[in-house]
Amino acid sequence: MSNLNRNKLITLLKVQYSNMLEYRVEIALWAISGIIPFFMLNIWTNNNLNESINMSNIMLSRYFLSAFFVRQFSVVWVVFTFEEDALLGKISPYLIQPLNPFFRYFAQHIAEQITRLPFAIIIAIIFFLVNPESIWIPSLSIFLLSSISTFFSFLIQFLIQSIISCLCFWTEKASSIERLLFIPTLFLSGLLAPVISFPDYVKSWIYITPFPYLIDFPANLLAGNMTNVISGFIMQIFWILILFPLFKRIWFLGTKKYTAMGS
Amino acid sequence: MNFKKYIKIYSLFLYTSLASELEYKANVIIDFITAILSLIGSIFLLSIFFKSSESIGGWSFEQALIIQGIYTILNGITNTWLNPNLTEIVKHIREGTLDFVLIKPIDSQFYISLKKIAPSGFLEIILGFCLLCYCVVINQININFEFFLLCFTTLFCSIVILYSLWFLISTTTIWFVKTWNATEVLRSFLYIGRFPLNSFSFSLRIFFSIFIPIAFITTIPSEVFLGLAEIWEIFLEIIVSSIFLIFSRRFWLFALKYYTSASS
Repeated sequence: MSNLNRNKLITLLKVQYSNMLEYRVEIALWAISGIIPFFMLNIWTNNNLNESINMSNIMLSRYFLSAFFVRQFSVVWVVFTFEEDALLGKISPYLIQPLNPFFRYFAQHIAEQITRLPFAIIIAIIFFLVNPESIWIPSLSIFLLSSISTFFSFLIQFLIQSIISCLCFWTEKASSIERLLFIPTLFLSGLLAPVISFPDYVKSWIYITPFPYLIDFPANLLAGNMTNVISGFIMQIFWILILFPLFKRIWFLGTKKYTAMGS
Repeated sequence: MNFKKYIKIYSLFLYTSLASELEYKANVIIDFITAILSLIGSIFLLSIFFKSSESIGGWSFEQALIIQGIYTILNGITNTWLNPNLTEIVKHIREGTLDFVLIKPIDSQFYISLKKIAPSGFLEIILGFCLLCYCVVINQININFEFFLLCFTTLFCSIVILYSLWFLISTTTIWFVKTWNATEVLRSFLYIGRFPLNSFSFSLRIFFSIFIPIAFITTIPSEVFLGLAEIWEIFLEIIVSSIFLIFSRRFWLFALKYYTSASS
């Protein structure tokens, strides 16, 4: 049985990967649209704003490059695909299949990340050519740990968005909720400014929320900055353990509520 | 061009798209909350920058708020008009429905650019103007007729440049078919319009004045607002915006020659 499931997943991945290769230009453009952290880095270093947070220019540029990478491999867009599929009634055939449709979306995301990897590396090489002094090679263990935490960050966002997607069963258009949730993700995750630079009244509560573990934690880990590895991983796993049963529950309720549309 | 006819058609567009948007009332309310949170977020980010420094690129916090206000207005306009319409071009071309637009007895660019409206951007426009009013008070700006005239001229030019950029990129869909993400790239570049141009390094400043004229979109109107702009800057902005508008029109007509209908 588990063998069959694994075969299904591998087939899905293969299909989605060849599908994603069709849209290479798309994915390259998407990789480019993630370069906001570099603009932020430019503001930070050009105005010497990093003196107050005790981060050298080199550490900061490594941080923002890592943030770029973490963001590249934790971008989730399942809600937009799911909403379109639900509105067009494409969900119905998926529901008949003996496989949760979210496996399909999950495989899509993983395949897209694999397609995206070469473009992200090209952007990193260009970054190093412009800032040769910031080149660093993380040790294997750091690299593995940060890859795992990036994957956890992806998993947290995937679960949150899947929960929002399930709201489509009730409201039809759920992407506006996702856009609402994207605002705190953007400003609090550390994509635009490292979390340690935040004022104290924010820092006092932010570490309980999932946001700093989406980008700030994996990026600091990869860049080799000081960060509490154990508590970071504990919080990531904690959020995954909270979100997963929630998703299963809302999926169960939603499919009961589902009325096929458009077909 | 029959001006009256176009006004009448536009009012019909407004009516139909508002009616369809208000089908999803909860969505509109959520979008309003998003707009407010987004403004709070960007002021929060700005306050982090100013925590350790008195000025960024020669702009004080009070002055940088003006840029934030103008960005918010322009972002509202993007969300109300540009985004819903110009992302639709991709759909038209992929599904071959551009044929139906082209055979209509009205201008295709007019139809494609103004067909839809998303009311959620209105709040952003209002918020932006409120922030600007607040900036008038804290920066002690004298308001007179000349001030209004110059502000609205430059703001109008910014809107024209913004529209032309979006339209140019969307037009390339005729060759590349699927370019959802091209507008995302533009969006992420425009993001830096929230900050004074002088706060970036020299090479980026050159890039953002020549290739993607973000300098013209938010910085010059903000300087006009503060009364710091030179007269040649205003003239340059007017010239640049007209060049962009004419070029985007020409480019659309040129691209249409290459349009080969799909799936029909």
